[in-house]
Amino acid sequence: MLSVVATFAALFVDGVAYGMILFLMSVGLTVTLGVMRIANLAHCAFAMAGGYMAFALVQSGHFTLFTALPLAALATMILGAALERTVYRWVYLTGQLGQILMTIGLVFIIVATANLLFGSNLYALALPDWLSRSWSYGAVAISAYRVFIIGVSAGIAAVLWAVLEYTDFGAKLRAAVDNPRMARCVGIDVPWVFSITFSIGCGLAAAAGILGTQIMPLEPWYALEYLVPVLMVVAVGGLGSLKGSFYAALVLGIVDTFGRYYVPAAGAFVIYLAVVVLLLWRPSGVFARA
Amino acid sequence: MSAPALEIAGISKSFGGLRVARDISLSLPVGARHALIGPNGAGKTTLVHIVSGLVTPSAGTIHLAGTDITHVAPERRVALGLARTFQISSLFPSLSVVENVGLAFEARFGLDRRIWGRVRDRPEIVDGAAALLERLGLLELAARRVADLPYGQRRLVEIALVLALEPKTLLLDEPAAGLAAADRGALVDLLLRLPDTLSILVIEHDMSLVFRLAQRITVLVEGRILTEGTVAEIRADPRVRDVYLGTRVHA
Amino acid sequence: MAVTQADRIKTARNGFARHRLSWIDALPFLFAAALYSITSRYLPLGTQVMIQIVFAMSLDLALGYGGIDSLGHVAFFGMGAYSAGLFATHVSSDPILGMLVAAVAGALTGLITGPVVLRTRGLTLVMMTLAVATMLQELGNANAMKPVTGGADGLFGYKIAPLFGLFPFDLAGRTGYWYALGIVAIVFFICKVVVNSPFGLAIRGIRDNPVRMRMLGVHVTTRLVTLYSISGALAAMAGGLSAQVTKLVGLDSLAFLLSGNALVMLILGGTGSLYGAIVGATIFVVLSDRAAAVDPFNWLFVIGFVLILAVRFAPQGIVGLLTEWSRRAEARRSAK
Repeated sequence: MLSVVATFAALFVDGVAYGMILFLMSVGLTVTLGVMRIANLAHCAFAMAGGYMAFALVQSGHFTLFTALPLAALATMILGAALERTVYRWVYLTGQLGQILMTIGLVFIIVATANLLFGSNLYALALPDWLSRSWSYGAVAISAYRVFIIGVSAGIAAVLWAVLEYTDFGAKLRAAVDNPRMARCVGIDVPWVFSITFSIGCGLAAAAGILGTQIMPLEPWYALEYLVPVLMVVAVGGLGSLKGSFYAALVLGIVDTFGRYYVPAAGAFVIYLAVVVLLLWRPSGVFARA
Repeated sequence: MSAPALEIAGISKSFGGLRVARDISLSLPVGARHALIGPNGAGKTTLVHIVSGLVTPSAGTIHLAGTDITHVAPERRVALGLARTFQISSLFPSLSVVENVGLAFEARFGLDRRIWGRVRDRPEIVDGAAALLERLGLLELAARRVADLPYGQRRLVEIALVLALEPKTLLLDEPAAGLAAADRGALVDLLLRLPDTLSILVIEHDMSLVFRLAQRITVLVEGRILTEGTVAEIRADPRVRDVYLGTRVHA
Repeated sequence: MAVTQADRIKTARNGFARHRLSWIDALPFLFAAALYSITSRYLPLGTQVMIQIVFAMSLDLALGYGGIDSLGHVAFFGMGAYSAGLFATHVSSDPILGMLVAAVAGALTGLITGPVVLRTRGLTLVMMTLAVATMLQELGNANAMKPVTGGADGLFGYKIAPLFGLFPFDLAGRTGYWYALGIVAIVFFICKVVVNSPFGLAIRGIRDNPVRMRMLGVHVTTRLVTLYSISGALAAMAGGLSAQVTKLVGLDSLAFLLSGNALVMLILGGTGSLYGAIVGATIFVVLSDRAAAVDPFNWLFVIGFVLILAVRFAPQGIVGLLTEWSRRAEARRSAK
């Protein structure tokens, strides 16, 4: 009986941790897809870029996971802003299919760059000792690393929420999300707000990529491999809904982890079946606003 | 005494907290010409969306020739004899004029299901489209892509599209919108020549068109009916002048 | 001047897009036949080109003519490949029956997933196609399905009987080449028939303006499901062809890469005109075969740049550009 509880607890923590990583990665994408209406399939490439940058910093010996994280996230934000000002200007000009094709092209270029610089091996960022251990309460063993992920992600989510609710920028973003045309009339520089948001989204994706390397190791195809789960989180949560992706990410993370453990014969099939069913039930997203 | 072509009773619609239509009722007898006028944002186009089935009403009923269509899908309403035009030209831009009109014939005869045989070999589609285009003076444009046409001609193709369906009840949403004076004259002549078996509800801002075409007028303001009556009654009504007619200058 | 009824009908008929079979259609087949007589070294490559031509044509039917932005078309390819492989392993090694089985499998997949996927629009539709394809890929990879699909090892070692009982599938790929050419001809013909039909016109109408089609009385979703199923059957035939000619079916026949490649082929060649699929598939498969031999990852650089530049500067593809130039030349000629 106790071992069932122990397994349950460990799986739950695993699921929530995975879900939180997915959430951080999906924040930028849900805004881009839902608000800016841009099919940006290159989003996860920024998570990968951030992860690789942090890896390079740590490899150089002068940085630890904690010092590399903010630096690499910031660098990714700058990369995102630079690309947004250049390549994405072209992306904005074309229709849905064109955006899909262009951003896939961008992904291919980033994947090839990653392979050029780092080769095709799997890499994960080394954890400090105090994170590598797991805490035991009797039979229950909880991974410190996973708890760390949950803590940091929750902290970031709280900061995001505070920014949205209490700051000027947050108010402008909410206005632009609700009604871009009206926001423009009221004097809000909507393109500028979106550019900043795009950048922040890239930074958050990078943070997710850096935090999660032990669960999701770095390799050149990372950008495409995790694109589908993140897209599913955004679709189920509702395009443009931050709260929606939060809940969707948690639900999908937990369902996937439990599914893989209890129904190993089905593998990841379970989660995609769940997504299809959920999207059938609520095509605009389970947690979307009316 | 047969049922009216269209009977709208107590239609209301709210989007969240926003009430766009309140308790709108209207009766369109067979063969009638009825106009719906009012300032922008009064809810006229929303009403047409509701009648054509693209928007569900929050309350009220709609009857088409006696049949309750309040919860019937738009495709079914078309099959029952309803047709509408759109305020913003709504055609098939990459297709030619005759292909546009041909699609309406195709839909009418249920040929859109047919995967075998070439569309240009179907007489119901080709002959019908040819005759209609000639009647409207659009035959030389048959092979032109709709996207390449000037706005005025596109509006005429839009009329051709709905006439091809041979509907019993026609909803026209600002058919003269954006048209130059010459095109507007051609449009009015066309509308006046439509058969008496066809019942028409037209939304318009162009009052010269309304006064020439309509027998009765309903005035809609802020989602509610202000008044309804014959053309003479409406022209004389001071409330209508205040809220709508008074300040307008007609080309 | 009075217009006679015959004139009027003729003018109208000419306004309908012409997809009639003409001498241009014979060109690719003549080229393929010529290739056979010139060389035997490139027959397997030619067969690969033809498999991708069939796949690209099926995607063009759904995407170029119907406006269904499908990122998950590989699902049909994989269903076709596995069906054909399993049929050959367990039931009969006759290739024609196997091809029919593959087509039916593709059509069924379309009929089942179509109503699910095609109820959505825009970005949600794109993601649904991706979700369904990934779901099938994971199903193929799942432990429970290993006895059926062979898991990561895939299906292999099954025999394919001689075509018509007369022509065995030899190692040099001669029979395979003609078999593939025949399938290309059949699929091309089917696509032509669909596109020229009243259904084909309705599909193009749905692509341009689905709301208008509803207001003409057409059941849009039902038509789209029919198109999706036809496209799925043809894509499955490409998969079946691959299974029968290479005698190998792996999980890569369900991978997103195939969907992505087909999209590149269509952007290169042009959508909405079956010729674009032929041109794009030929260029892509030949180039990627050469490039992949040299350096697979740097080939990705090339595809990436091609995608971005093509969408920006030539979204109508090679065939689209040629059509535009000839239309402009024709307009200039008639203006004189």
